[in-house]
Amino acid sequence: MSEVLLEVNNLKKYFPITRGFIKSKVGDVKAVDDVSLFIKEGETLGIVGESGCGKSTLGRTLLRLYDATAGEVRFRGKDVLNAPKDQIKELRKEMQIVFQDPYSSLNPRMTVSQIVGEALVEHGLYRKGKELDDYVVEIMNKCGLARYHMNRYPHEFSGGQRQRIGVARALALSPSFIVADEPVSALDVSIQSQVINLFTDLQRELNISYMFISHDLGVVRYISHRVGVMYLGSMVELADKNALFDNSKHPYTQALLSAIPHPDPTMKRDRIILEGDIPSPANPPSGCKFHTRCMYVEDICREEVPEFRDLGGEHFVACHLAK
Amino acid sequence: MTKLLEVKDLKTYFYTDDGVVKAVDGVDFSVEAGKTIGIVGESGCGKSITAMSILRLIPDPPGKIVNGEVIFEEEDLTKVSDKRIREIRGNNISMIFQEPMTSLNPVFTVGFQIGEVLMLHQKLSEEEAKKRAIEMINLVGIPNAERIVGEYPHQLSGGMRQRVMIAMALACQPKLLIADEPTTALDVTIQAQILEIMNDLKSRLNTSIMLITHDLGVISEMADHVIVMYSGKVVEDAPIMELFKNPRHPYTIGLMASIPSLVKEGQRLETIPGAVPNPLYLPKGCYFHPRCKYATDECKKAQPELREVAPGHKAACIRAEEVTR
Repeated sequence: MSEVLLEVNNLKKYFPITRGFIKSKVGDVKAVDDVSLFIKEGETLGIVGESGCGKSTLGRTLLRLYDATAGEVRFRGKDVLNAPKDQIKELRKEMQIVFQDPYSSLNPRMTVSQIVGEALVEHGLYRKGKELDDYVVEIMNKCGLARYHMNRYPHEFSGGQRQRIGVARALALSPSFIVADEPVSALDVSIQSQVINLFTDLQRELNISYMFISHDLGVVRYISHRVGVMYLGSMVELADKNALFDNSKHPYTQALLSAIPHPDPTMKRDRIILEGDIPSPANPPSGCKFHTRCMYVEDICREEVPEFRDLGGEHFVACHLAK
Repeated sequence: MTKLLEVKDLKTYFYTDDGVVKAVDGVDFSVEAGKTIGIVGESGCGKSITAMSILRLIPDPPGKIVNGEVIFEEEDLTKVSDKRIREIRGNNISMIFQEPMTSLNPVFTVGFQIGEVLMLHQKLSEEEAKKRAIEMINLVGIPNAERIVGEYPHQLSGGMRQRVMIAMALACQPKLLIADEPTTALDVTIQAQILEIMNDLKSRLNTSIMLITHDLGVISEMADHVIVMYSGKVVEDAPIMELFKNPRHPYTIGLMASIPSLVKEGQRLETIPGAVPNPLYLPKGCYFHPRCKYATDECKKAQPELREVAPGHKAACIRAEEVTR
């Protein structure tokens, strides 16, 4: 757990806003705006933030599921964003994704073994036949599915089991990096813990790195080594999880953490209630994007964009006032 | 403490082509004046159907309240006339739904939708109703109330829409507010705002709240008393502190052990094996026994009764005294 596996530098993804018949461009939604981070081997980086903060777009852009507007992504030193077609196919074996919705992310007309085996055939690793089937069963077993599930269709499974199919599909090519985009959000609590355990078991066994995207801070704290917090397309804080949860430096992180209802009725805390709603990412506030809701706001916050700087010990924060 | 609402042996069944779904199967509980009762359970456990049964909002057919009483201020709501239940809905008991997007009418302004309740129940004129609507919007903490009354739901964010729903529900100062997953569709910082508004209104207007949620965190912050449901039945019923300190049903214990924020670092999450049973093919005996690590042969034979295991604390498990967290 030391080598840097994935490096993201100043990544930007803007979606154009168009208007009228000829679709003239009238602006940009800055979904991901100048984000930098790195992920080490065998490590889980949690990404948290509220809806619309760009966390899913970040995950998809660095896998090249969206074309980035600017920036750089390096996977084991190789340039991902400018890789030619044959190289990107090689990279895709290494970088996989598990989607949020276990209902819409599986093709209803394919059986489980087709879903899990498709990529293996596509990449020319196996031909259809017994060998492929045996390997598919091996992967399925790892994910808590049995051989007799092979020829069933997604609708025959419960939500938790479907998410296991999604994980098995991502795992088939033995990737070293998986983006998990809210993989447990659609599941009930008792099922959620089964899938979380699956993720941690696989990491221990196969040394996979995860980017674990979630809005559930309890889950993120449990599963991650380091955590990044996003607000309106920007990374506002990124640190070791204990440093982040126990000693957060950014006012937004502090408000977000204090807002989580804790399942312990004896605990009474001072809650920071943020005023108002998240501004539109098409028209973000000037300077620090959080200044409209921040209780410590000063003049400099309205004018200058804060730098994403290291406070020491790899505790990064984008705030003028943080010390 | 006076009981505001008492639900006795409520059974709501759905008659489908595949068989009878016993969505709510013999549920008992009561709500005290000025208190919050929390109903917890996973999807499909019957918590929403229980709430809808109280206001008789079950689509019939296929659904039907087949048994039980819902006593609200000495009236049995399951027996009163349609006219009477319409007088009670929105006036004495009102409800907030999970989806603020779909529970507001897109073609009317929010001011009209809040005022409509008042014109209907309290016979206010349109002008008075609008004035009250502005007051209500202020009360739930939306700025620029004068402008917001004239806006349509699509012009508002999710958090604002949910606040409009609360304003509408509270317009007639009901004695009981039923909130069905009121914050599930919202972000945590917005959720914190909504929960604070609900708590604040409860203490100011002395409204009782029946809060339905799957989130034990929300429950622990809001509720005075909790009911845990599983497959249409109440499995545990206890005051909040007692429930978290001393859960007595294996299902409740399993739920708590599977929450990441309650587990110590590095410790493995406990899981409840399997999934919630199909309501058409419920197991014999205790519905939870196929997933329960304490199950004995006895559990497979007969359904356990909900019985008192400590003062004020009920659980439906024959081994409740032995199981521990």
